[in-house]
Amino acid sequence: MGSEVRFVEGEEIKADAVEDVVYRLCPMHIMRLEERIKELKKGEVLELQTDYEGALSDIPEWCRKTGNELLGVADTGEYFRFFIRKRVD
Amino acid sequence: MLRVYLDHMATTPVAREVLAEMLPYLESRYGNPSRPYDLGAEAREAVERARERVARLINASPSEIIFTSSGAEANNLAVRGLAEAQKGRGRHLVTSAIEHHSTLNAFRSLQKRGYVVNFLPVTHAGEVLPERVEEALTPATTLVSVMLANYEVGTLQALREIAEIAHDRGVLVHTDAVAAAGNIPVDVEKLGVDALSISSHTMYGPKGAGALYLREGLRIVPLIYSGVQEEGRRGGTENVPAIAGFGRACELAMESLDRVERVCWLRDKLIEGVLEIEGVELTGHVERRLPNHASFIVEGVDGEALMLALSFEGIYMGNGTACISQVLRASPVLLAMGYPAERAQCSAIFTLGRETTKREIEYVLSKLPGVVDKLRRISPLWRK
Repeated sequence: MGSEVRFVEGEEIKADAVEDVVYRLCPMHIMRLEERIKELKKGEVLELQTDYEGALSDIPEWCRKTGNELLGVADTGEYFRFFIRKRVD
Repeated sequence: MLRVYLDHMATTPVAREVLAEMLPYLESRYGNPSRPYDLGAEAREAVERARERVARLINASPSEIIFTSSGAEANNLAVRGLAEAQKGRGRHLVTSAIEHHSTLNAFRSLQKRGYVVNFLPVTHAGEVLPERVEEALTPATTLVSVMLANYEVGTLQALREIAEIAHDRGVLVHTDAVAAAGNIPVDVEKLGVDALSISSHTMYGPKGAGALYLREGLRIVPLIYSGVQEEGRRGGTENVPAIAGFGRACELAMESLDRVERVCWLRDKLIEGVLEIEGVELTGHVERRLPNHASFIVEGVDGEALMLALSFEGIYMGNGTACISQVLRASPVLLAMGYPAERAQCSAIFTLGRETTKREIEYVLSKLPGVVDKLRRISPLWRK
């Protein structure tokens, strides 16, 4: 814990891939995040969509541990859009 | 005494090949599919193999199949899950008056939660007219659910046309294909539907397994909360033996579709013979009906009385929706088709199977007139 979540509008961030896990049960947000990040090139951005509020703590923590960068979170009111940049080193 | 089972809409026997597919998962291969070790992996492989087989039967991708406990659960998941996932867009839903109880009651549960539902009327032959669907759509409509074939009267619906109309207005379409799958070809692409329910035990698979096809990319709110099972869309440890059997049953169903003419020929023989009895009327559409389905109103004979009396002769048939009230005996489907209550309680349904023989049909035709005559003599409904 302790990772800060930066809320953004979302429009300013261009994602290279989108993963929709809205209404999928926990822990699908982390499982799909791990799978999809592996498929991206270094420095590319994944947009992960989920309605799971626990993701607000899980995903920053996952990024901190794996060295990927959480660019920000947009709240649509129905679900969250997490923007994660794959680590470059 | 010959035993003639003609109630294949209620359930079917489990095929020998299906049982063989299931047994290892009831004996030595009992692992939980979520476990990473070999015992879990072989159970997981069985579930995924079944998913491919189910998908192939309806021309879907394996990732579009969500396993459930039954066709009823698949209907509930589709109706409630799709309505809830789209509630931000609107709260108006459209279905027909002759759907299975699992669909009707799922819609009624949504009415209590503030949704507006249109239960569309049907023709005397049990058809949902596509123009009725079109008239019902509003800017707030998010889902149309119409069954592919009716359980009680066998009538096939113009699903493709209904789907086109709904899609033109941006509305999703679900169909209950439980009665149809295994009896006629079911192709999600040709039908153009977004969601489709099927069940194992009505196509020679075991009870306890069903599936919802959900088109790739669509969101659905789960009914059962747990974890990663079914990609986070349906919780609960998978019923591996039943799912494995269901998969094999789908393969057998595909093979049997080539032999449908034989069933159809026997069905027509049965219809011809039954209609020779005085005061009998065929229900449902004469041509646009399931190939194994023969349903009648036998005037003056209570459907349940007939069902029991025939069972004493070794003949098993149906009389309408299984969960129909003992007091309000008339079939809601027949009432919706415009039959008066006293006729709608005289429903007799014969649904043939792959194993049905000519000898069995002849046996039914030899016994039925006598049983009907006997029941009419003691019936308050028969006034001749």
